[in-house]
Amino acid sequence: MIKRLLGTLLLLAIALPASAAFDVGQLMQALASHKGGKARFVEKKFISLLDKPVVATGEMTYTAPDRLEKRTLTPKVETLLLDKDILSIERDKQKLSINLANQPEALAFVDSIRGTLSGNRTALEKNYALHLSGNLDKWVLTLLPSDQKIASLVLRITVSGSRNQVRSIEYLQTDGDRSLLSIEPVEAK
Amino acid sequence: MSARRALTLWLLAMLAGAAVVWNSHFSADMSFFLPGRPSAEQQVLVDQLKEGVVSRLLMVAIEGGDSAQRAAVSRDLRGRLEKMPEFVAVQNGEAGSQGADRDFLFRHRYLLSPAVSPERFTVDGLRAAIGDSIALLASPAGMLVKPLLPRDPTGELWAQIGRLNAGAQPNSRDGVWASPDGERAMLLMQTAALGSDTDGQERAIGLVRASFADAAAAAAPAAGLGLRLSGPGLFAVKSRATIKHEVSKLSAISTLAIVVVLYFVYRSARLMSLGLLPVLSGALAGIVAVSLVHGTVFGITVGFGSALIGEAVDYSIYYFVQSGRGGIDHWRQRFWPTVRLGVLTSVAGFGALLFSGFPGLAQLGLYALSGVLTAALVTRFILPPLAGRDLAMRELGHLAPRLQAAIAGLRRLRWAVLALAVAAAALLAVNRDRVWHPNLSALSTVSEADAAADMALRSDIAAPDARYIAVITAPDRESALQAAERAGEKLDALVAAGVIGGYDSPARFLPSQATQAARRDSLPDAEQLPARLRLALADSPLAADKLGGFVADVAAARAAGFIDRPALDGTSLALAVDSLLLQRPNGWSVLLPLRPAGGAQGVDIAIEPVRAALAGSGALFVDMKHEFDTLYNDYLGEATLLSLAGFAAIVGLLAVTLRSARRLASVLLPLLLAVVLVVGGLHLAGQQLHLLHLIGMLLIVAVGSNYALFFNQADRQPDGTTLVSMAVANLTTAIGFGTLALSSVPVLNAIGVTVGPGAILALLLSAAFAGGRHD
Repeated sequence: MIKRLLGTLLLLAIALPASAAFDVGQLMQALASHKGGKARFVEKKFISLLDKPVVATGEMTYTAPDRLEKRTLTPKVETLLLDKDILSIERDKQKLSINLANQPEALAFVDSIRGTLSGNRTALEKNYALHLSGNLDKWVLTLLPSDQKIASLVLRITVSGSRNQVRSIEYLQTDGDRSLLSIEPVEAK
Repeated sequence: MSARRALTLWLLAMLAGAAVVWNSHFSADMSFFLPGRPSAEQQVLVDQLKEGVVSRLLMVAIEGGDSAQRAAVSRDLRGRLEKMPEFVAVQNGEAGSQGADRDFLFRHRYLLSPAVSPERFTVDGLRAAIGDSIALLASPAGMLVKPLLPRDPTGELWAQIGRLNAGAQPNSRDGVWASPDGERAMLLMQTAALGSDTDGQERAIGLVRASFADAAAAAAPAAGLGLRLSGPGLFAVKSRATIKHEVSKLSAISTLAIVVVLYFVYRSARLMSLGLLPVLSGALAGIVAVSLVHGTVFGITVGFGSALIGEAVDYSIYYFVQSGRGGIDHWRQRFWPTVRLGVLTSVAGFGALLFSGFPGLAQLGLYALSGVLTAALVTRFILPPLAGRDLAMRELGHLAPRLQAAIAGLRRLRWAVLALAVAAAALLAVNRDRVWHPNLSALSTVSEADAAADMALRSDIAAPDARYIAVITAPDRESALQAAERAGEKLDALVAAGVIGGYDSPARFLPSQATQAARRDSLPDAEQLPARLRLALADSPLAADKLGGFVADVAAARAAGFIDRPALDGTSLALAVDSLLLQRPNGWSVLLPLRPAGGAQGVDIAIEPVRAALAGSGALFVDMKHEFDTLYNDYLGEATLLSLAGFAAIVGLLAVTLRSARRLASVLLPLLLAVVLVVGGLHLAGQQLHLLHLIGMLLIVAVGSNYALFFNQADRQPDGTTLVSMAVANLTTAIGFGTLALSSVPVLNAIGVTVGPGAILALLLSAAFAGGRHD
């Protein structure tokens, strides 16, 4: 908690003089200061095939810089764990592990989340062009895939947040379907 | 029988023998070690080693250069080898046939999916299955599911993929398999040649090396890329090369050494050539006997010939040296009975091996037995007429006083020898748990370095070791597949219970006709399905009218025929089915390889729960490692029994002939002392004994008794000439067996280090402990 507070203070100190022009570098620094935490999420998928969006809810736990656990509780329990380069999905007693180092496209996709959460600009810019708007309190970061293979799947990824906290991630797919992940931090007690 | 007729007969026999040998099949493969009378479990082991998929795997690593260069060469190498008929499959992790596999699984999903049942296509069943698929859309895997959902809303493709091996996949770099550290590109190939086809394996390995050289030169000539290769095929090729090389080397050394000794003794080229005659006849007869009885002559058996040479030359030495003064008739009367008894004890010793279920041992026994017997007979009946009356043997009596003085010296050491033997026996008794090598690897010709290299490649590529297999046999393919499905149900329960991690089955990609029929009959017709869908999807976000593709596919599946084996062509699944579903001369076999659950249970599978679950299903569960260990223990147990039986036969033979307990004891005591001293010495030298050492002990008694008997001839000390003949004969025997000690083939080496010193000790101790008249 103290660390986080210090981080925020430090961030403010850096951010204040430059508030006139909030840039990607500053955002990344802010995000990198976030050492992790727990959040509730609601994920809505708008799929043209379905008349209504599919909604999933659950909890996410992020531990900087490279561990992310996403536990879906409804409609069905499912755990997704990203630990370094190993992505494992557990569902109905079935467990599937993927080594992302072997799957460059999946890695690029995962990096969009991981890079944002950890403020890793290099990782993000490897596969995406970054556009930032807003200010530290309310920013929107848009990721446009630069790699052809990713671009054929995802049109645009929009991440928005406040200070060092990511609040929503939206994926717009090339077929028009989109998913919106809303994140609500749970304050650690 | 006149001398002329004997000679003619011998010549004809030699010619016939040469013809047989010319047409004999020689082999240096592992069948030497594989059981001649296998149990059902051992038969599985034998089949796997000879023709199983694992025995046909070659693992290849490309090292050096950078990751992109290695990947390029890996792709090029795969492209070259894939076209060759010598390879059934060449995999390097490229996404090649995965598309074809997926298409097959998708196209035939209603006949393949284990989830297809009448219930699944009722209104409730459809609601549940489609509901699951929609839920899956919400999950991270949703992106994969979405494109297929309109045609496969019940998720039959996922029901199949969920059962496939989600276990260890090799690491990957630049799109091809790599070692865990990424420093080597890895390929896995399956040869068309069987594991037992050493020529075919050698050809395949040669092709890999040549193609790699071409690929490396084309892609990255300056990168200095290197190739590492291993696999059962390489072991077979190397081991054959070793045996071939050693057989000629050992025979040459032993022949040369013996020729030198004989020339030194005889100083006559004629006598020397005549003396080798029984040896050549014996060696030829040995190979002929083995070829006629076993069909195939093992290289190791021929390698044993160098010992046979040393042993068989004794008879002509006895004849030439001993008959020098008294002539042939005197020799036949005075010495032949003793020589004959020696031959018989040798025959008893080698004969015990004939009953071994270890084919290599049975061959060695037959080879040595026929060889020794023939050499003795040729000495007795052919050599005298050929040599004529005038042997022109040089007088060797001048050597006798020196030998007699040496014997007198030896006699003074008797108590020291006894004390030493007691010490050796005590040492062996104390260390009895460490004396024996615990498993079959003791006999393997694979060097430690090669084994380590193999292990490294294996772990780099996560190659299957196929330790656990359930085997089903059935009269025809359909019943084999049905049995596989029944066993599969039991195994599914074990997977669910976490006893095993998973298993492979050919019925997954080629279900039995009965199962395919049942699944097809579960599908509703073109009128029922849309009606049920409407009811099932009344409250669903998915509208029934978007599932036209699904309705059409189900209708098509109802109209289509069953999957047969040719339907799999072009997919890698065909290979999986072919390697797990095998036609045998007497029916069909199904192999179900089981994978351990991993985690806390490690790499072992608890045998008993699997046996219990499979009981009654007709599936035989085999743990290869366990079978290997039992096999060796069986061999060892059997060899112990045979050695004791052989020893008993020798004792019986001596008892009947000598008719005196005291003389029997004085023949046996030095032999037993020799055995104890040799074994104690080997143990002290750090050798772990295995079953060939045990056989060696029997041979010390069988061969050594020849010398002991001369010292007990009618209870009087041998005269000077006899002593000289024994010393020379002993020397040649020690050379013959001793040469084997130079071998790196463990089977031959063990016999050499045991019998070589043992034969010399047997002579020395026989001299030291013989009779009592000198005192």
